[in-house]
Amino acid sequence: MTLFRTSLAAFAAIMIGAFSAASLSPAHAAGGGTKPPAHDWSFDGPFGTFDRAQLQRGYKVYREVCSACHAMSLMRFRNLSQKGGPEFTEAQIRALAADFKISDGPNEQGEMFERPGRPSDAFPKPFPNEQAARAANGGAYPLDLSVIAKARNYERGFPLFLLDIITQYQEGGPDYLKALLTGYEDPPKGVELLPGQNWNKYMAGNIIGMPNMLNDGQVEYPKGADGKSPVPETAKQYAADVVAFLMWSAEPHMEQRKSIGRQVFIFLLLFAGLLYFTKKRIWSRLPEHAPGAAH
Amino acid sequence: MSGPSSYVPKLGIAKWLDARLPLPRLMYDSFIAYPVPRNLNYFWTFGGILMLMLVSQILTGVILAMHYTPHATLAFTSVEGIMRDVEYGWLMRYMHANGASMFFIAVYIHIFRGLYYGSYKAPREVLWILGVIIFLLMMATAFMGYVLPWGQMSFWGATVITNLFSAFPIVGETIVTFLWGGYSVDNPTLTRFFSLHFLLPFMIFGVVILHVWALHVTGQNNPTGVEVKAVAKDTIPFTPYATIKDAFALVLFFAFFAYFLFFIPNYLGHADNYIPANPAVTPAHIVPEWYFLPFYAILRAVPDKLGGVLLMFAAIAVLVVLPWLDTSKVKSMSYRPLARQCFWAFAVTCVMLGWLGSRPAEGIYVTLSQLFTALYFAYFLIALPLLGLFETPKKLPGSIAESVLGKMKGGSGAVVGAAASAEPNTKG
Amino acid sequence: MAEAKSSPASEPTRRDMLFLATGAMGAAGVVALAVPFVRTLAPNAQTIAAGAPIEVDLTPIPEGQGIKLFWRGKLIFVRSRTKAEIEEAQKVNLASLPDPQADSARVKPGKENWLVIYGSCTHLGCIPGGSAAGEVRGDYNGWFCPCHGSHYDTSGRIRKGPAPTNLPVPPYAFLSDTKIRIG
Repeated sequence: MTLFRTSLAAFAAIMIGAFSAASLSPAHAAGGGTKPPAHDWSFDGPFGTFDRAQLQRGYKVYREVCSACHAMSLMRFRNLSQKGGPEFTEAQIRALAADFKISDGPNEQGEMFERPGRPSDAFPKPFPNEQAARAANGGAYPLDLSVIAKARNYERGFPLFLLDIITQYQEGGPDYLKALLTGYEDPPKGVELLPGQNWNKYMAGNIIGMPNMLNDGQVEYPKGADGKSPVPETAKQYAADVVAFLMWSAEPHMEQRKSIGRQVFIFLLLFAGLLYFTKKRIWSRLPEHAPGAAH
Repeated sequence: MSGPSSYVPKLGIAKWLDARLPLPRLMYDSFIAYPVPRNLNYFWTFGGILMLMLVSQILTGVILAMHYTPHATLAFTSVEGIMRDVEYGWLMRYMHANGASMFFIAVYIHIFRGLYYGSYKAPREVLWILGVIIFLLMMATAFMGYVLPWGQMSFWGATVITNLFSAFPIVGETIVTFLWGGYSVDNPTLTRFFSLHFLLPFMIFGVVILHVWALHVTGQNNPTGVEVKAVAKDTIPFTPYATIKDAFALVLFFAFFAYFLFFIPNYLGHADNYIPANPAVTPAHIVPEWYFLPFYAILRAVPDKLGGVLLMFAAIAVLVVLPWLDTSKVKSMSYRPLARQCFWAFAVTCVMLGWLGSRPAEGIYVTLSQLFTALYFAYFLIALPLLGLFETPKKLPGSIAESVLGKMKGGSGAVVGAAASAEPNTKG
Repeated sequence: MAEAKSSPASEPTRRDMLFLATGAMGAAGVVALAVPFVRTLAPNAQTIAAGAPIEVDLTPIPEGQGIKLFWRGKLIFVRSRTKAEIEEAQKVNLASLPDPQADSARVKPGKENWLVIYGSCTHLGCIPGGSAAGEVRGDYNGWFCPCHGSHYDTSGRIRKGPAPTNLPVPPYAFLSDTKIRIG
């Protein structure tokens, strides 16, 4: 019927347009920041899962580099051992937590005291409050990174944003963060940076307070059987690893969500199929299909 | 269709209850024997889908409220606690957030169905107006719900939308202060929004009952727009025919819902709402959720503050008077060639307004917003009143049965051949 | 309205199978959907993590006195018992108790001077007094619940009053002579 035909045609036109435009037009800069290149993440798509080793390396990068300034207040050490995450062993997270001195109390004397961290403790914050953080960082406030991978995105533009529904592109945040961490450059001629300012090609407006923090060889990765790290110890690799870790921290139940989703989706399609045939069977009782039936 | 029912329950206990409270009779008449036009297409399944979406939102919402803390310093963390620590909390929250979008997708299809097939015309004006009230309540509920996670978009959305009321002369400032419960959007605003967000869905539920009641008095419209003439020939009982068809459509819709919910749960949301609310920093572009975008575009199309607000409210108010604006006696646009083109132009206008609502309010976007705002109102205030006077509609089928069974059998035995000129509207 | 029915004799089996399968699948779907809703009511991960074992230092507790502390939101009494109280608890005729249990089954061997019990009355959940000095300890020198008059002895066993059972002993272990871990 007309309405169906028209809407179907309109939908098809949009989709065809989207596909062809997407394959033709290269990504272009918008709003001061260059569009980040897409990275091939292990967690993208309907079957994506986190790479445990990568998350463990990512935690190490966060711990040794980022955590000097950035808090992750929603994260607790126990999270590091939960299913679908880095899956450190219980013993490992107890050791990781015990590395930190946690302020607790007050005790019976009414005084705060320090004790070794426990798995149920939150990641300690580098600064007691925002003012202290700003004071230590030349006025800039290092953000909490707990859900940063979901709190960042970039504009996809007309055909792509529709296409993303089909390709299930959800990695705008991670792509942007990884590009940002490795996007430091010398400012173009004629641009004077003030102290505490840095030039980053992916930052909106290009001026960023955070300096380049990741350098090749800076973080030592666990060695494989051959005495060498299985992945290169480069800034690029550090960036990918720590961003994967941040993505997991932002969406810790992603693996459970996708696996349940696959089952639910298949169930609903099968059920819809059954309902379709049941519907056909029931409607076949109607007079125009069964002439002579009682009215 | 209305009037005293002759139904007598068969079961002893049902008979006992029916004599004291005719609930079994009401249920039987409303959901079993209720006659529906036999030619309804799948656009008519969205009423049932909406009912289920409302139930889904209430169920997930009640669970979320058990774990949520309505306080400015704790709201964001408590929502993240739901996402991280509560068993299946992520499912509840994503179901609720995406469910709101699905609710609006379904309601927009439902509304456009009504617009296309003229379901707002006599004798269904009250049914239609009740629908507009439900739509308004939904918008209020969705807006206040979006504030609750207390992210950046929550906070700034609340600030911008509550400030709309300051446009009204004299009382404006007072209204805004009373909405806020303070001198800015803050904790008192959050707690009262939480309270109202919990209350409104139940008010929606109440109006839905009136909506269904009104529907069952007038009976459903249908793709031909020709009223039921002979119940025995033109209609079929709700159960099992409509129930099974609704169930099939519902499951397909839920598959669509599940796709978003499980695989791209943040696609319809905005990244900035994962940043905790910060009264000192406004996001670069404040955009409402997608379902408000067309109205947001209309709001910003007018350079005058009060004018923009009034126009936005008028965009919804015009729906209330629509039954009296459309002068054509023919309901279905399938028989109105000119009106049908206007309808599709109107649909495109709404999509364009939605797109413009997501753009910054500057340069060409403002001009385009003004153009499409004008087109939006032109559809209601110019096209529909005038078309009814000048347009020559196609010939309508003699009856619903005739449109289904066609000329070969002439189901009703009436004007054979009349359906030949009609659109081939068979059941979906 | 149309009373439209096909003749029941035609292919009943296949139709019934289809209807049955559809109905069963729908029912299964509803049940499966209910599971996550119910599961959200379980203690969340943070509550479970906060319920991890705790360590208690016994040195500040003087003989004959007790302390109260919380573990998993439940009140726990730790009392340092005097020699006389231990003897009193041990020599009771078990047959005369409403809920017979030997004192040795309620303390750790060699640490008879330490009694660790849950501190909510087994009657209706009030908190019996008797831990701190000066509180009424009841007829049996243990704890006394003021709500409905239940008397507990120096082993936390019910002796008189409406409470049906003894105050239960939580899971705990001695880490050293002066330190226990509860949980």
